[in-house]
Amino acid sequence: MLHAIFEPGFFSSGPVHVALAAGGVVALVSGIVGSFTVIRGQSYAGHALADISVTGGSASFLVGISPLWGFVGVGVLAAGVMDTIGIQRPRGRDLATGIVRGAGLGLAALFLYWDTTHSNVTGATITILFGSLFTISSSILPAIVALSVAAVAIVAVLYRPLLLSTVAADLAAARGVSVRLVGLLSLTAIALAVSLSAMTIGTILSTALLIGPAAIGLRLSSRPGLAMAWSALAGLAATWLGVLLAYDSFYWPPARHGWPVSFFVVTLIFVAYVAVQGFTTRVRRA
Amino acid sequence: MAGPGDLLDVDRVSLRLSGRKILDDVTFSLGPGEFAGLIGSNGAGKTTLLRVILGLQAPSAGTVRVAGQPRTRRGSLIGYVPQKILLDPDMPLRARDLVGLGLDGQRLGIPLPSARRRRLVDEMLDAVGADRFGDTRVGLLSGGEQQRVLIAHALISRPRLLLLDEPLANLDIASEQDVVELLGRVAREQQIAVLISAHDMNPLLPFMDRIVYMAAGRAASGTTAEVVRPEVLSALYGQHVDVIRVHDRILVVAGRGAELAGAEGLAVPSATPVIHEDA
Repeated sequence: MLHAIFEPGFFSSGPVHVALAAGGVVALVSGIVGSFTVIRGQSYAGHALADISVTGGSASFLVGISPLWGFVGVGVLAAGVMDTIGIQRPRGRDLATGIVRGAGLGLAALFLYWDTTHSNVTGATITILFGSLFTISSSILPAIVALSVAAVAIVAVLYRPLLLSTVAADLAAARGVSVRLVGLLSLTAIALAVSLSAMTIGTILSTALLIGPAAIGLRLSSRPGLAMAWSALAGLAATWLGVLLAYDSFYWPPARHGWPVSFFVVTLIFVAYVAVQGFTTRVRRA
Repeated sequence: MAGPGDLLDVDRVSLRLSGRKILDDVTFSLGPGEFAGLIGSNGAGKTTLLRVILGLQAPSAGTVRVAGQPRTRRGSLIGYVPQKILLDPDMPLRARDLVGLGLDGQRLGIPLPSARRRRLVDEMLDAVGADRFGDTRVGLLSGGEQQRVLIAHALISRPRLLLLDEPLANLDIASEQDVVELLGRVAREQQIAVLISAHDMNPLLPFMDRIVYMAAGRAASGTTAEVVRPEVLSALYGQHVDVIRVHDRILVVAGRGAELAGAEGLAVPSATPVIHEDA
């Protein structure tokens, strides 16, 4: 019975260990930071930061460093530029996000072209866009954990001022909170979270890991802390289950090459969201 | 006019922003237990004055003292209720969470649950009549209910001065009455000064100890009988206005031809409710 679920070698495979560790840590970060992203109405900013990290990822292949540093470097830089242009103003928000996203993707187009034509990196585009959870080198694991701790630390330290300035910026400012600084730091945390999940499930799908579990969490609890815990748990469950299914899928049709893990993670999140949405709606009506 | 026991002392405050005079030599003070209305039409300078008192905007001239303290370190002395909050019904934040943020929302780190914290929040929800919906998400509450929760949020840190920016806007008449009564009671019982901005003075008339009437950045303050007179208000507006009392309501009417105050182009408070009043 157990063999039908865990195909042979799942627990002894090195890449699976790294995938479970890196994927798990990143899912927890995305779940926690994502909750604040959704609460603060910055889903578009999160999406844009994920797109922009393509620029960093594609550049990293050209200079021969781990894509992690490309994702993180460009992501954090973009967060700073977005803040400078004026993301803190309600009307400047979409504009700042859109401009920076456009510029970033323009560069990404150039770098990806060079990646595929001038250098000998095969599969760079697929790796950047759709992730490479099973090929993450265990040597990069400590860096992933350190950046994850940094991202969670930012939102944990700013927990109360973040909530307060979300309710009303003036309310926080009247209490001496620097709303601008809090905004910049939270955007930095979002940049870190999407850069990290760009490593595991890819730049295109990292928004799904940021927003999906958070949406599940805030359906399940009215308390901010508890909603974040549910969100982190949902992200973790989807990622681990996704790794398992992807591993098992090496034995599946059509080609016995395995299905991409990113597909499983994102699909599981979506199915869970629909289920939770249907369930909570029914409970509220009853 | 200012005395040593004053909780709020606004002294000759002026503010110029890009050449325009937003506030022009505003002076008034409030003592403990005083419930005051900051009355004026849109653009009269009410919100700007509140921002100056809060310390969010520095005045070009003049001083503001709260319980004798200058601009710095004023935060914990003032409770503030902003004009409106826009919270999605999906936002996981219960009424009691928002009230709890009033206790220590500016602090860093995650708050630890404690019996004392819970008791304080319960007491405050009870005091503003919000105990029924303490566990409901703020985004799901009605305008009047949200107003109560925001008042509890502002009061829980025991401020000496409570500022409210248009708390009656978007409230139905029954909730309007409830909120004003609640604030009058809070001022008396806790001996704090309450300053509430509104474009219509009428809902506040039965409770107001003092009126601060603003027009074109200037202000006149005193009791309603002292301030709401044709001579005083005409000087404030810089044009002749009449004051008409109908039943228990006061109408401020532009001089020429006795047009209703709400008429376009005249910077006088809206008097629309009167039109529908029973004769």
